[in-house]
Amino acid sequence: MKKLNTNLKKKSFVATLLVLSIALVTLAGCGGESATTATKTTTSTTYTLAGTITESGSTTVQPLAERLGAAFTALYPKVTVIIQGGGSSVGIKSATDGTVDIGAASRDLKDSEKPGLGETVIARDGIAIIAHSSQTVSNLTKQQIIDIFSGKITNWKELGGADKKITVVSREEGSGTRSAFEELVMGSDNKIVDTAILQSSNGAVRTTIAGDPNAIAYLSCGYVDNAVKVVSIDGVAGTEANVKNGTYKIVRPLLFVTKGQPTGLVKEFIDFCLSDAGQKIVSEDYISVK
Amino acid sequence: MKIPHHLTDKFAKYTVLVCAASSVIILAAITVFIVLQGMPTFQKVGVFDFLFGTEWRPTYDKYGILAMIVGSTAVTIGALAQAIPLGIACAILLAEVAPNRIRSFLRPAVELLVGIPSVIYGLIGMVLIVPAVRHIGGSGFSILAACLVLTAMVLPTIISISEDSIRAVPHAYKEGALALGATRWQTISRVLLPSARSGIIASIVLGMGRAVGETMAMIMVIGNAIAFPKSPLDPARTLTGNIAVEINYATGTHESALFATGIVLLIFIIVLNTITTVVLRRGIQKHAEHLT
Repeated sequence: MKKLNTNLKKKSFVATLLVLSIALVTLAGCGGESATTATKTTTSTTYTLAGTITESGSTTVQPLAERLGAAFTALYPKVTVIIQGGGSSVGIKSATDGTVDIGAASRDLKDSEKPGLGETVIARDGIAIIAHSSQTVSNLTKQQIIDIFSGKITNWKELGGADKKITVVSREEGSGTRSAFEELVMGSDNKIVDTAILQSSNGAVRTTIAGDPNAIAYLSCGYVDNAVKVVSIDGVAGTEANVKNGTYKIVRPLLFVTKGQPTGLVKEFIDFCLSDAGQKIVSEDYISVK
Repeated sequence: MKIPHHLTDKFAKYTVLVCAASSVIILAAITVFIVLQGMPTFQKVGVFDFLFGTEWRPTYDKYGILAMIVGSTAVTIGALAQAIPLGIACAILLAEVAPNRIRSFLRPAVELLVGIPSVIYGLIGMVLIVPAVRHIGGSGFSILAACLVLTAMVLPTIISISEDSIRAVPHAYKEGALALGATRWQTISRVLLPSARSGIIASIVLGMGRAVGETMAMIMVIGNAIAFPKSPLDPARTLTGNIAVEINYATGTHESALFATGIVLLIFIIVLNTITTVVLRRGIQKHAEHLT
């Protein structure tokens, strides 16, 4: 038995070595590739764009940026667009630090963040109030929503629904969607109740609501799908149509932030986002700026 | 060409030295970095207010992590309370009771449990355990749900190390007990378990370390609420979760406060590690005494 064990150990050691060496070789390969991309950038002609654009920030902007990036690289195959999440504050900070070419934000910039940054509004987005698909309450007043999220109303029966405790679901502090919701709905006097379940992305909020019959949350309109029910505010539902025709008021800008004004490849990409083709992609889930 | 032996010896010696030094340097770098980043918070908020403040609202400059310390502690104790009896029972089964055929199947299964990424545990917790807890009461995202998920994650650590230490008990002990007419259970409970005690305690402390450090799975099932939890059915937040959930968006004092949370965690872990080392050393000494 012992002998077998040592044998096994030797074997697994060899296996570990193998895996490690494979990983190293792969890594080395990656390094080589990115080096060639860099040379491509410098030798490319002005007609065919080439190079890498990095973007990080708001998870609200992320799916949109991915689609815009894919469309852009379809036009210019030598361009690589790398999209990452992280959140609005990270996007703004990374752009300021120069660690990414473009930072994405789903809220207005604070005054302290503005110096040295160029901002471009690439789309606008509504924030919808959502509940579980089986929820019978389908309309709330703005005051009722404030009372729910600040913890003054705690039971669905106070809103004409079943006798069930309301589960308030929110985003964490610093989230662009949360700060936009606080600014546009809650106002400065009402804090979001501290017993609220906090999820750290739009997707996690939607999953939570889809699974909990008594939950309520706010969510970027771009993320709303059939898994959840949109609750109207003062009779107007946060749907794309209502945001577009201006009847739904809880709307915020989606920004691309750059260190200084955009130049070169980054400018080409942002111009593409603002072009008719780019805005057509925007209008699939968000509201075009034109 | 043949390299003289004294040269290869020297080469090996310095290579090993550099490797050993690098791990110390990494640890020092991490500690210095976290402390430097977190210090401003202790100066601005105050150590006492930071550790014992019950309100965490970075937007309003309130930085108190007591609720998260309680959250982490509650989840860890809850998980260990379930995992220790289960784990030790399973270790006894694997080491003493189960026939080799069953053991050769169970042991790899337990080891595989360690390798499952924590996000998978979290996902299963979110889809299965959270709705199940919702039937008991509350929203389901709760300390209870977190304890259940964490139990499954800590179990394999406790099982495999406890089993090894039960197996490491000298055969003569067992044979002696049986020869004196002790039953199988008496042998296990009066001879084997006490002799393997130090290893079992070490497994528990290691499990505790894993429980305190677990992040992803906890974020997914505990609800991350900043309120002070009043019952096991309430949502809460762990220290690790606090950092992971908010670091993406944090700037300025908020960011520093998260690093300060890291300092608290680091101290937590250092204390746990010290306990493990002391327990292990005592175990080895005892073992040596037995042999003489």
